[in-house]
Formats: sequence, structure tokens, C-alpha cells
Amino acid sequence: MDEIFGIPAPLLFGQLLLGLINGAFYALLSLGLAVIFGMLNVINFTHGAQFMLGAFVAWMLLNWLGIGYWGALILAPLIVGAFGIILERLMIARLYKLDHLYGLLLTFGLGLIIEGLARNEFGSSGLPYRIPAELTGAWDLGFMFMPIYRGWVVIVAIVMCLATWLVIEKTKIGSYLRAATENPALVQAFGINVPRMMTLTYGAGVALAAFAGVLAAPIYSVNPQMGSNLIIIVFAVVVIGGMGSILGSVVTGFGLGVIEGLTKVFYPEASSTVIFVVMAIVLLARPAGLFGRA
Amino acid sequence: MSETLLEVRNLEAWYGESHVLHGVNLDIKAGEVVTLLGRNGAGKTSTLRAIMGLTGKRAGSVKFQGKELISARPDIIARAGIAYCPEERGIFASLNVGENLVLPPEVMFGGLKVEEIHHLFPNLLERVKSQGTKLSGGEQQMLAIGRILRTGAKLLLLDEPSEGLAPVIVQQIGHTIRALKERGFTVLLVEQNFRFAQTVADRHYVMDHGMVVDTVANSELSGAMDRLHQYLGV
Repeated sequence: MDEIFGIPAPLLFGQLLLGLINGAFYALLSLGLAVIFGMLNVINFTHGAQFMLGAFVAWMLLNWLGIGYWGALILAPLIVGAFGIILERLMIARLYKLDHLYGLLLTFGLGLIIEGLARNEFGSSGLPYRIPAELTGAWDLGFMFMPIYRGWVVIVAIVMCLATWLVIEKTKIGSYLRAATENPALVQAFGINVPRMMTLTYGAGVALAAFAGVLAAPIYSVNPQMGSNLIIIVFAVVVIGGMGSILGSVVTGFGLGVIEGLTKVFYPEASSTVIFVVMAIVLLARPAGLFGRA
Repeated sequence: MSETLLEVRNLEAWYGESHVLHGVNLDIKAGEVVTLLGRNGAGKTSTLRAIMGLTGKRAGSVKFQGKELISARPDIIARAGIAYCPEERGIFASLNVGENLVLPPEVMFGGLKVEEIHHLFPNLLERVKSQGTKLSGGEQQMLAIGRILRTGAKLLLLDEPSEGLAPVIVQQIGHTIRALKERGFTVLLVEQNFRFAQTVADRHYVMDHGMVVDTVANSELSGAMDRLHQYLGV
């Protein structure tokens, strides 16, 4: 059997793939957080719960209404995004003029409530969600077998990240968003309805989290803790990438997923802490993060 | 004389607890260039910001083309046809010069085309791909004025466009304001630079302590010099 650095190649590539998949979720979630933070100045701690809601809504659509994976991939982000819009209008919008801490506390509390309600309703053992028939099976890449669904997740995540980047960097709406991140009052004085744009941005960030949740449903079991397990790492990703930086979120998300995967191969004991070690080093060297503006 | 475009009555404004305007009265007729003169802290910038809805609380009346705007949001005020160019210019660092120029949406028919703005300010065309904040102070000012000309707004609120600029650039800005007047724009201008103000304006309002305390037609300026020096503390 082929070995690389004394490690069997299938094991190394298997962990690399796992790292890429985790990285895909880190990137998608931190992207939503970055968009929300950049525009609203709110650190959205409800993001993990909204990711989890995406997976649960997919499960409910399937089991209660018979709507499968492909329908859920579109409907769940819309439903959870609409829920996000209601949260923003009713609660979060009241906190924009206050210190970050209030937004953080509110969204953290909302996250706990949503997670608690889900646990109350569905228990904490997790619900199964099948991989759609079109994406079952595996590709033989020669050096390893690659489950098709996992390859799909990585590709879709990359496409979504690219699409989000394109919208923000290359479209008129994106230029409004970038300008409003710098000086919302002036952008509004140019005739743009900034409060509505903030609501829609929050909804879009939340929808992105729910989209990631639907993608995750067949990989992880659908359970109320699936968001909170991930969100702490995602926050580390956002801090390392630089708060509010789109490119930083994407690059750091995938990069850290891979670093975590490789650590599992070479030094498994450190695999759950390596991201936080990287975060500490980055914060010491570049407090604004790798791609953040000081 | 032509119709009154902007009618401000007893305008009061607050920043938090701080009461900054104490009943401002202004009338601007269509096609006029009017300045707000006054020393630092007299309330000139606050008046523009209050007209635009950018102060915290405000009270009184701001009528534009007869339409009451005192409780309207800034975006609604902009869409009514008032455009604002702030003192700090407000060029966006994350946008290049071209993106900055086309950022404000067209609120009504009749704005300048991008080519016409480039004709007014050729420097902007040369640097269209540069980051907005990499321009010189004068170029940033041209960009800040240029981008509100596209929108079709009839009334332009310009906050100290001559501030911190070299004399030759100030001349160019003055030339631009006169050209805008010829094209039918109405301009309300905040100025500390009295000499510059008299080269462009039809009329001057003098502000002190958050109120308008005097008004002088440009043609009567030479006779009113002593009075003005007293107000302005020069």
C-alpha cells in the first residue's frame, strides 16, 4: 500500500476529504456570519441554531409533507430565512445603536431557546436523513473511494461561496452593501432604504446557514446540538479570517478544515484544539485577522 | 421670481440630549445658489443634516416643493429630490472611483450622464479604477459632488466643498457650482470661506447659535461688510 510521510495514502486522503467537508461547513457558516456582521454590526450567535433549523426543516418537509432533499434545499433556506427576517424586525433591529454586547447576548439567548425547543420536541438522540438517491454511492478515485454526497457538498459549498462573493463584489446591490457597511447614514441619504437592506441581509445570512444545515442533514444526524457543536469553531474561523471579511471567511473556513483533518492524521490528540491554537497565534500576530482591516 | 423650492420653518434639531438648532428659517427659490455663513459651531452643518433627516430628533417644518418632509426618513427625503454632499466627503474606501460615482441611485429624470460628469471633472475618468479614498483631496471633492449630479435631484446641499483645498481647485469647484446654476440646479452651500462664497452665491444666510440671524443679498455685500465681520468674528 502507498504511504505518504509514513501514513497510508487512503487514510491521509480520507482525512483530507473529511477536513474539506468540515471546511465547507465552516466556510458557509462563517460567510453568513461575516455578511451579517459586516452590514449589521451584530455578532449573530443564533447562527448555529439557524443551521440546525435548516436541517430540521428539511427533516420535517420530508416526513410531514413528503418533500424530498432537492425541494428542501430551496424551501428550508427560504423558511428559515423568513424566520430570521421576523427575528430581525421584532428584536435585533432594536439593538443596532447599542454596544455589540447586547446583540451578542440577545442572539446567544435566542439560540439557546431555539435549541431547547428543538430538544423538547425531537429529543437529543438525532433523527436520520437519507442521502438522496441521485447522490448515493462512491467514486473510485484510484487512491481512495470518495462518497458522491461528500464530493457534492464540497462543490456546492464552493459554488455558494463564489456566488456570494460575486454578488457582494460585482453587483450594484453588493456595492450598496459595501458602502452601507462603511457609512450607513450616508447611503440612506442617497435614497437607499438601508433598514430594509439590513433586514434582507440578515435574512440572507440566515438562509445561508439553513442551506448549510440541509447539506449537513444526510452527513451528520439531525439533532438539536448540531449547530452549537459547530458554531464555536465557526467563530474561531471568523476571528482568524477577520471579522466581516468575505474572502477571509471562505479561505479560512476551508483552510482550517484541512488543517484540522491533517492534525487528525499526524497528531490526533491535538485535532480538537488546533483551530484555537491557530486563532491564538493569529490574534497575537494580526489582531484584525488574516484578511481583516485594522 | 421663481417658486420657492425649499421652505424651512422653526427647524429644531438634537444630537442625543444636545439641542443644536433652535428654530432655523430658510427659503430657497428654484435656481438660486444660497450660502450658510457663520463661525464654527453656529449650526451650519447641522442645518444641512437636519434638512436631510440625519440628525437624531428634529422638529418644525421642512417643505420641499410644497411637500412636508419633517418626519420622513433620509432615503425618502433623497427620493423627493434633495442630494447631500457631506463635509467629510464620504467617499467609500471599499468602492473604486467608478463605483462611487454611480452609487447613488437616480431618484428622478434629469440628472447628468456619467459622460457629462467626466466632462466636468476629467480627473475622475482617468482614475476610474482607483480606490475611492486613494484620490487627492480635490479629486475626492469632485467625486463627492459629481456623484450626486447623476441622481436627478433638484436641490444640492454642499457642505464646505472648498475646505482644505488648494486655491486652484477651489476655483474649479466655484466654476462647477456656477455651471450647475446655469443648468438649473439649486444649491444650498455651507461655507466658512467668505471670499469663495461671494464668487458663487446669490444670497447669504448668516447663522449663529443654531439660528439664522441675518440675510444678505450678494449685491449688497460690500455695504454689509462690517455687520458680517461682527457675526463671523473675523
